[in-house]
Amino acid sequence: MEVSRHWRLQAQRYQLVGETCDSCGVKLFPPRDVCLECEAPAQELYTFTGLGEIYSYTTIYDAPAGFEHNAPYMVALIKLEEGPLVTAQLTDMDPSEAQIGMPVEMVTRKLRTDGEEGMIVYGYKFRPAVKELTAV
Amino acid sequence: MNAYNPTNGLMKPDRPVGIAGYGAYVPRYRIPAAEISRMWTGGTGGVPIKEKAVNGLDEDVATMSIEAARNAMIRAQINPQEIRAVWVGSESHPYAVKPTSTIVAEAIGAVPNTQAADWEFACKAGTEAMQAAIAFVGSGMARYALSIGMDTAQGRPGDALEYTAAAGGAAVLIGPADESLALIEGSYSFVTDTPDFWRRAHADYPSHGDRFTGEPAYFKHVLGAAEALMTAVNRTPADYRWAVFHQPNAKFPERAAQALGFAPEQFKTGLLSPRIGNTYSGSTMIGLTAILDVAEPGDRILMVSYGSGAGSDAFDLQVTERLLEARGRAISTEGYIARRTEIDYATYTRYRDKLKM
Repeated sequence: MEVSRHWRLQAQRYQLVGETCDSCGVKLFPPRDVCLECEAPAQELYTFTGLGEIYSYTTIYDAPAGFEHNAPYMVALIKLEEGPLVTAQLTDMDPSEAQIGMPVEMVTRKLRTDGEEGMIVYGYKFRPAVKELTAV
Repeated sequence: MNAYNPTNGLMKPDRPVGIAGYGAYVPRYRIPAAEISRMWTGGTGGVPIKEKAVNGLDEDVATMSIEAARNAMIRAQINPQEIRAVWVGSESHPYAVKPTSTIVAEAIGAVPNTQAADWEFACKAGTEAMQAAIAFVGSGMARYALSIGMDTAQGRPGDALEYTAAAGGAAVLIGPADESLALIEGSYSFVTDTPDFWRRAHADYPSHGDRFTGEPAYFKHVLGAAEALMTAVNRTPADYRWAVFHQPNAKFPERAAQALGFAPEQFKTGLLSPRIGNTYSGSTMIGLTAILDVAEPGDRILMVSYGSGAGSDAFDLQVTERLLEARGRAISTEGYIARRTEIDYATYTRYRDKLKM
């Protein structure tokens, strides 16, 4: 496993740190330094709230290498409150619970482990918003 | 400057401190004790609790500590860059060598100008970190220090501890008294070398001394610490609205509370083990969070942890007006407990990585 690659992505993986465009205010995730809307430089860091909703989702039964341990699991496109669409795993829910438009929130979870002795990679996943559940 | 008195052992910092923020975490899954009994006794054995909390496949002490820490930060509403220590107490750190605390510090934005370390003392590693945080803030070395008690506790299949060894815990941010939701008047520690429970290096499951875990271990230290602290601050059980004790099961903390003279209405709110199990390093601290979720300004709280090996830390706290506006900012401890999905023994063995392939 490439330790350095995971380490470089820690800020975005642990905290959803993206960028915001100085000139038009668009929020970018993942960070890419240039605004997708107006092409101006966008290097100011912005930490996303982690709130959003399910835009679309699927269930993975035949998992790629490194993720077999968690199969079956769900992967979704999450529409963040601030605008960007993020691909991420869903967690703390059964496939029968998922719905398009469902409010979700970011949590930091184990993404994968490199065998018994390798590093543990942590990053964002999304789960049903707990505040929503307790408010009912 | 406080006059140090070696005869009463009260630990009290020079500058007054308190809890500036707190947060709990309980994973979603529950296995009923009756299901474990079904597996090992044909359902004929007695069970020590109703059910215990189990972490999901993608959860460990690092991820659970991060969520509890985020809840503490939401309640405290401070800049994470002002934290000078992030300490995680656990006996289930994901790595044998590599700190959990740096992962948590990174995730809450506290790096790089901070101390970070992992603590270990069986079930009282979290309250040890709390005492050290009190000292850090109380000495002026830090404005804020974050202490966490969190575990994904190990129970050998079929062992008595399998019914209770659970996942969960809490984070407590220590800060200056004038920003506190609850003041900490003082604390007291009581330890001896008592081999009631241990886990050797590379062992998957702990060993314990069966009945030896009661009188010479849990009760001696919990009662010893509680009585010494109350004597040192000149209070009796009647002075406290709430009391919370380490809860390895439902019976031990009830017996300890009653032996000290506390009534059920004082200790029931913080007694979560019947519904979530023994969260080890998280056990006493998450009980405290359940009390802070409902306590009123002026209420006094007695908190007494216990860690095998063995020792207890006792704390005297008093709730301030600030708690009322802060507590609603994050999910309550009961909110987490209400988020419940029951699993069977087969799912439990998979989630707890008990299947060796």
